[in-house]
Formats: sequence, C-alpha cells, structure tokens
Amino acid sequence: MRTHEHKAGAKPAALVPSVVVVALLFLSACASSPATSSASPGTRFPVSIAQPGGTTVTIAQRPRRIVSLSPTATEMLFAIGADSQVVAVDDQSNYPASAPKTKLSGFQPNIEAIAGYTPDLVIAAEDTGGLVHGIQALHLPILIEPAARNLDDSYLQIAQLGAATGHATEAATLVAKMRSRVGAFVASVAKPARPLRIYHELDNTYYSVTSATFIGQIYKLLGLTNIADAATGAAPDYPQLSAEYIVSSNPDLIVLADTKCCAQDIGTVGSRPGWSGIAAVKSGAVIGVDDDIASRWGPRVIDFMQAVAPRVQQLEKAA
Amino acid sequence: MKWRSAPLVVRGLPSLPALWAAVGVVAFLAACAVGALMGPVHISAGTVVSALTGGSIDSGQANILWSLRFPRVVLGALVGGMLAIAGAAYQGVFRNPLADPYLLGAAAGANLGATLAIAFGPGTTLIGVNLVPLAAFAGAGAAVVGAYVLGQTVSGLRSNTGLILAGVAIAAFFNSIQMYVQQSQTGSLRQVYSWILGRLTTAGWDGVWLVLPYVVLSTAIIFLHRRLLDALMVGDDEVVTLGISVRRVRLIVVVAATLGTAAVVAVGGTIAFVGIIVPHTIRLLAGRSYTVVVPLSMLFGAAFLVLADTASRTIVAPAELPIGVITAFIGAPFFIVVMRSTRAATL
Repeated sequence: MRTHEHKAGAKPAALVPSVVVVALLFLSACASSPATSSASPGTRFPVSIAQPGGTTVTIAQRPRRIVSLSPTATEMLFAIGADSQVVAVDDQSNYPASAPKTKLSGFQPNIEAIAGYTPDLVIAAEDTGGLVHGIQALHLPILIEPAARNLDDSYLQIAQLGAATGHATEAATLVAKMRSRVGAFVASVAKPARPLRIYHELDNTYYSVTSATFIGQIYKLLGLTNIADAATGAAPDYPQLSAEYIVSSNPDLIVLADTKCCAQDIGTVGSRPGWSGIAAVKSGAVIGVDDDIASRWGPRVIDFMQAVAPRVQQLEKAA
Repeated sequence: MKWRSAPLVVRGLPSLPALWAAVGVVAFLAACAVGALMGPVHISAGTVVSALTGGSIDSGQANILWSLRFPRVVLGALVGGMLAIAGAAYQGVFRNPLADPYLLGAAAGANLGATLAIAFGPGTTLIGVNLVPLAAFAGAGAAVVGAYVLGQTVSGLRSNTGLILAGVAIAAFFNSIQMYVQQSQTGSLRQVYSWILGRLTTAGWDGVWLVLPYVVLSTAIIFLHRRLLDALMVGDDEVVTLGISVRRVRLIVVVAATLGTAAVVAVGGTIAFVGIIVPHTIRLLAGRSYTVVVPLSMLFGAAFLVLADTASRTIVAPAELPIGVITAFIGAPFFIVVMRSTRAATL
C-alpha cells in the first residue's frame, strides 16, 4: 500500500482524479480540519483527506485494519458502521464496549506496538511523541482528528472518517441525525431575557471550560451564560476558577463532568465550604454527567445534551 | 537527661532583637490584612472589619469571607510558617545551605501518595477526611523514614552525606513510580498536575484543623532546639562537649520538621522554594543565629505565603494561578536581590 503526501495547495484533484472536494462548504466554518472525500460515497478509493497543518493524506484503498488511538474517533467509527474494519483501539477507548480495546496508548504512543497490529490506517487525536513521523516512516497513512472546537468541527470529522473508511453515506446520515437532534434540543429551550448561569466543572480543583471549547459551544447554543468566560484572560479554554468567584457568581446550573475522576455529586458539592448557598445547589440543579461523554466530541454529544437540555427547560419554567 | 538542660548551657548566644521581632510581627499582620481584604470578589474594608468584629453584614459576603477567604489566609500562614521553619531546621541539622524541607524525599513521597489516592481512590474518605491529604501525609512520612533508615545503614549517621544521598535516591525512586502512575492514569492527569503545583484552593477550615496540631507541635520542638542548632552550626564536637548526643538532636529536629512538613504538604501540595529563600533571606538581613532565624522564618514565611496566595487568587481573577508558580517566580529574583545587596551569602 502506498501513501502520497503533498501540500494542500498542490491541487489534489489533479493527482487523484476520482477525488472531488465535497467539503468546501465547511471550510469557512472550520479552519482546523477541512476534508475532501469521495464523490461516490462509500465506494471509490483512493481518497484524499486534508489534515491540520495543510497536508493531505491519501488512502489508496478501503482500509481493513484500522487502529484508533482516539476515544472520540473510536466512537465515530463505530457509529458509522466501520466497526468491522477496526482491529485495535487505545486504552482510553472505553466506548462502545465491543471496541477492541488494547494497551496501546494515544498519549505515549509506541510505534512498534502499533505496527504490531499491521494497520492500514491509523487514527489519532494528536501527534504526540513523534507519532505521525513514526507511522509515516512505515509508509502507513495516519489521520489526526484533533479536539473539535464546535459541532461543525465534529460533523466534519465524522464526514472525514466516513470518506476514509468507505462509509460516507452512513457518516452523512449520522451527521444529519445529529443536526436534527441538536436542533430539537436548541428549540426546546426558551432562552429567557436573563440567561441562566452555568458552571461546568472538570475536576474538584475547579478547572472549568469557556465558550471557546466544544462543550462551551453547546452551552452557548442552549442560551446559557458561562461563568468561566470571565476568566478567558487567564486561560482561553480551560481556566481554573477561584472558589470565591464561583460562589459569588451564584450559578443557576452546575454540570459536574468529574463524576468518574473525582466522585463528585450534589452531596459533595453542597458540603464544600461556602457552596451550600449557591442557587444551583439550593434548587438541586446540579447534574452529574459521564466524564467521558462530556470530554469527547463524538456522536454521544446528543446524550450530553439529553442530560442538560431538559434541566435547562425546567429551570427556565421555574424562573 | 543532659540534653534537656542544653538551652541553658548554650547561654550567651544572641537572642532575637526586639526591633526584628516587631518588624516580623508587623509584616505578618500586614500580610494577613492584605490577604483578608483582597480577593476575586470585591468586599469593602469596612465589611471585612465588621465580619471580624461580629458586626452584621450581608450573608453572601459573610459566606465568602468566613467559608473561603479567612480559612485560606490562616492556612497560608500555617503552611508558609511551617515550610520556612522546617527549611531553617533542615539547613541547621545538615549544615547544608541547599537543604529544604523536601531534602529527604518528603515532597516526592507526598506526590506519590496523593497521585495514588487521586488515581485509584477518587472521592474516598477515611473517618470523614478526604483520602488525598492522608495519603500524601503517609507518603511523605514513608519517604523520610525510608531515607533515614537507608542513610543510617550506609553511614551510621557519622556523616550527613549518606543521609542526604539516601534522600535523593528515595526521592528519585518515588518520583519514578509517581510518574508511571500519572502517565498510565491519564484521566486524573489534570488533578495530579494541579496537586503538584500546590494549591490552597479547595481547603477550608477542614484543612486548617488538619494541619494545626502538627504545626504547633513541630514548631514548638524546633523552637526549643534553636540554641542547639546554633551549637551544631559550630560543629558536632561543640554539641558533644555540651554532653549532648548529636544523633539524638538531629533525629528529634528532623522528625519534628518532617512531621510538620508532611502535614502542610498534605493540604497545600508541594509548594516550592519557601523553605529555602525565607530562612536565607533572614540570615542575610537579621543574622545567622537560630535564635533569630527560627522565629523570624516562621513570621516571614507565613507572611510570604499569605501574600503569594493572595496573588494567586487575584492576579488572573476570577481564575487561579498555581501558588507554586508564584512562590518561585517572585521568590527567586527577590532572593537574588537580597543576596547581591548584602554580599554576605553564608550559612
């Protein structure tokens, strides 16, 4: 199997005539990971996939031995029906349960161990520890699908993986379904004149997320005011908030994305010094979500919205 | 017991000058005032004073002051005072200017204990106390005991070098296990990282009650041994001629300093540099005798950490800056300025 690497500016269509750019519409919305995919969904190879940094990865034929080092990519692959092509996933890919979990690490990738699965496509969320260089040295294609900044990024990655694995139709169906579900959730909340204040907790040392992150974008769609946005000067994405500030901001809703890592729930939050008077604690609007669902940008974002949106709706009615 | 009467024997050494004592107390009180008045939430000085004097104030502001800000100031004072006095004690006992409270592996042990608790026992409590500080305390104690036992078998405590090298080896060993656990449990990476950088963020009065007994006991013991530390500064023989067991003094002071360090590290994380710069700054400015260094380290260490913590919660408010970043970032240049201006960097 051969891989071709060339700069994005070098007209991929001229080199690979069957490839038609279908994702141009996304380009304005998402600068980080634009995609090109096959014109006849799910059948024609080779395909070229644009990568962050302006390079293009060409996949010569339909992959049959995929190694995924990204838990989000694993969830996407299984959701678009590429599961039978996946031979190994990393140690953090715990969903779905049927995924072939191995000891491979996406944080400390071991090229030799990855090569041991004789993959014909490797997918990861970031290029750490010389991963891309190492896999390319083996003349294997590797796709980097980095943390999404918003839902459009996420849809685009699903489309890319669909194209890369020969499941473009299923990917398009999944994206359409996600769009419609997200639309329904967004429509279900009233967006009142005084927006509800949200505090999203990543761990019990009060790291949070701003609206610049994937999960922050979801809150924005639901018309919530994110208290962490006041701290973007300190850290644009994941600031560590001061307890005094959280208490004085008096959030209406608290979402705990540290139920697994740190065993937090409404009881532990309410017993923190000074927290019992917070509106969300008093009204019981403290939602625990699965840490993994809240930190991945895959299809289960719908589950996340399912956990949050009805609560927002309830709080709006009560207000 | 002969060693008990030692402080009387070593009379004639300088005692703490009244002026410096006054400066220390004023600096400490001023730092506490700044810590109580400043925070990410603006609360007027009048309100803070009413809160302290039992006046009636808005319940929201009272909550922020009494549940969050005041315990942090108190805890900062305890942690800073303890780390500085423990650093002074270690430097005296080991006659090594680079000795800090983490010399015998206390930090590495605490980090390992905390990392294990964060990674494998999230949210676990033991008799109502969060497992993380308990595990950190145990880890710090285990590392220092390990270093002591190892150092004793190597050198029989005739020289400090064996003990210090044993501490270095234990620290490296514990660090390697800690790093292994940290990289294999990536889900808890952020918490571990946050712990290692040090923080007084989440501890309230609970944290204060947790460390207070150890800090009182530990500082009292070091305080009582300040004149013997002066004698040790001259040499082991000086202590021996007083009819006192050097080994015993060393053991008692090290145990006391370690106990206090382990307790404050357990709630505050491994806050860097306080144990080095505070005692040395005092030696440079006020004198080398431990009758001066011990009490002033306590006062200025407390003041320094209260101010550093105030900075950590106000500079990038409403976000937090890890306190370990501030202590070294402000502490190191300040220390160099003091060293250059006094031109007398000796122990």
